[in-house]
Amino acid sequence: MSTGLLLVQILNGLQLGVLLFLIAAGLTLVFGVMDFINLAHGVQYMLGAYLAAWFATLTGGFWGALALALPAALAIGLVLEVLVFRHLYDRDHLDQVLATFGVILFLNQGVRAVFGAAPMQVPTPEALSGGFEIIPRLIYPHYRLAILAAGLLVALGLYLVINRTRVGMLIRAGASNAAMVSALGVNIGLLFTLVFGVGAMLAGFAGVMAAPILSVEPGMGDNLLILTFVVIVIGGIGSIRGAFVGALLVGLADTLGRSFATDIARGILSASAATKVGPAMASMTIYLLMAAVLVARPAGLFPAKRG
Amino acid sequence: MMRVFGAAALAAMLALPAAAQGTLKVGIVTVLSGPQATLGQQLRDGFALGVKLSGGRLGGLATEMLVVDDELKPDVAVTRVRALVERDEVPVIVGPVFSNIMAAIQKPAVDGGAILISPNAGPSTFAGRGCNASTFVTSYQNDQVHAVMGEAANTDGYRRVFVMVPNYQAGRDAAAGFKRTFKGEVVEEVYVPLNQLDFSAELAKIAAAKPDAIFTFMPGGLGINLVRQYRQAGLANIPFLSTFTVDESTLPATQDAAVGFYSAADWAPNMDNPANRRFVQAFEAEYGYVPASYAAHAFDTAILLDAAIKAAGGVTDKEKLRAAIRSTPFESVRGPFRFGVNNFPVQDFWLLRVAKRADGKFQTETVRRVFEANVDAYASECRMR
Repeated sequence: MSTGLLLVQILNGLQLGVLLFLIAAGLTLVFGVMDFINLAHGVQYMLGAYLAAWFATLTGGFWGALALALPAALAIGLVLEVLVFRHLYDRDHLDQVLATFGVILFLNQGVRAVFGAAPMQVPTPEALSGGFEIIPRLIYPHYRLAILAAGLLVALGLYLVINRTRVGMLIRAGASNAAMVSALGVNIGLLFTLVFGVGAMLAGFAGVMAAPILSVEPGMGDNLLILTFVVIVIGGIGSIRGAFVGALLVGLADTLGRSFATDIARGILSASAATKVGPAMASMTIYLLMAAVLVARPAGLFPAKRG
Repeated sequence: MMRVFGAAALAAMLALPAAAQGTLKVGIVTVLSGPQATLGQQLRDGFALGVKLSGGRLGGLATEMLVVDDELKPDVAVTRVRALVERDEVPVIVGPVFSNIMAAIQKPAVDGGAILISPNAGPSTFAGRGCNASTFVTSYQNDQVHAVMGEAANTDGYRRVFVMVPNYQAGRDAAAGFKRTFKGEVVEEVYVPLNQLDFSAELAKIAAAKPDAIFTFMPGGLGINLVRQYRQAGLANIPFLSTFTVDESTLPATQDAAVGFYSAADWAPNMDNPANRRFVQAFEAEYGYVPASYAAHAFDTAILLDAAIKAAGGVTDKEKLRAAIRSTPFESVRGPFRFGVNNFPVQDFWLLRVAKRADGKFQTETVRRVFEANVDAYASECRMR
């Protein structure tokens, strides 16, 4: 294993991590602040990608698609909140899981009805179509670095908003004790709507950013949703900082596991056994990580403090 | 999920409820929901076109297609197939797309008295000891396609090949099929999860291994992600040998990224014979997209049924119909076609390459013939009963 290859795999892991962070940020806030389990969060990611694909054909490029898809994702998030989710905040978790699972089925089938079952594609922006050659013959695309940069910028922005502004203070207070915040005269309903809308938009943004490298198809958010739940459990529910650290950990663990598990297994086992054990180990890496974190810190790495 | 074809067929049924001789019901079992629905649509549209070009009458019988969605769930498929054979009493069932569905429905279909013709799935289960007189496959035995790629790699002088497949039965079968004919060195075998999203880690390994070529089998969305990321990572100068990865069902999404990548099959849209020219032209005019092998095989199945029912003089005598399906010549879109002892085709296989057509659409095109009149590896184990 060369240092070049290791460097590339670390970059790959970080890039998967920031993508997960964009989705996890909204999910952890909704879960933490509103105590609301939103399984349909992965669908918001899918909608972001579909909106990007649709607007890309209308405007003829990535940038136009990005500019239009973000407000559209925000609007869809708000509409869903008003129509469906708002009525579930006071219900127990099982009702929430059932209802939001219904939303997944509905929207997955909905995009199929509107856009067709065939996967769609979004072009890579012209300005970012090149890449660096880190190890011979392998180009690391500029676009993947752009995803990394965009994710880090969003993380910084969220950090500043949550820790330095009045709205951020209310969100932190809401995550600790929503009833008390409401009793102090804050319009908690409006705060919830805002948090939900921004969360949906961030997931949509992740979808837009992922669209040029992944295929845009119905159900594309479902696999990612499971990873995202792992992220917020590791990071601690309700904590943006936790989501960030958790996402990078999961991204790195998953990528490095996939890259090196078979090689490591080969050191211990015969070659044919290693090709069977290696992939199985790789699929388990993140869950082992989660188990280890939960043993050491049952509430996650950075849990929001409960009053 | 029923679709009725042809008002004439309906009228005929209403007029003559007792005398069913003038009409034919064909059960179509295919996947029409979920991410693989594109393939199911191809199958349905291909067969429907075959019925249409036969004047709505297969073998002179006004034909009604009873289309059911198997939802890619074996239990659902079995229930719907039972309904087809017991309630609708269909003499012929055409489908499905996926081998696991085929394994589930074969027994209920055949035990229910129907003849099952698969225009895509060709699992080894029914090619060897499990071969059956009422079970036909008009595509190929699955392993053959992977073996074609192994042979093509030998001919092109690739000595070191990197193999990457999804970690499930069909993926492991693909790797085994390729290695059966490939004589060089497999530098690395990578098995990825079936729900893999991003291939960046694997692409870095490919670059580090510096192979002469890669062999992969990545159906559906997996393949689209891989093809685009492979191109973006600048690896396209390493030949991309694949099966069920780049075809007309995924090319609308991969577009230019797949041009020059290789595939293997028994058919391609550019094959130059009158039957194929007529099929491709009529298909694109009717449905507005380029047909893939799923549609071509389903179309062939309809044309085969048309010829066989004519030869057998109807569908009432099942023995006669089975014999007619086995031996009646018909004009296949892939050129020469005949059934082997196990009711699987004996046919030629081709190396294909993705190309952009003059009208801006994408299709696979024949490069060269790799196998001639190829018999699958299981046929010798078949003792037809």
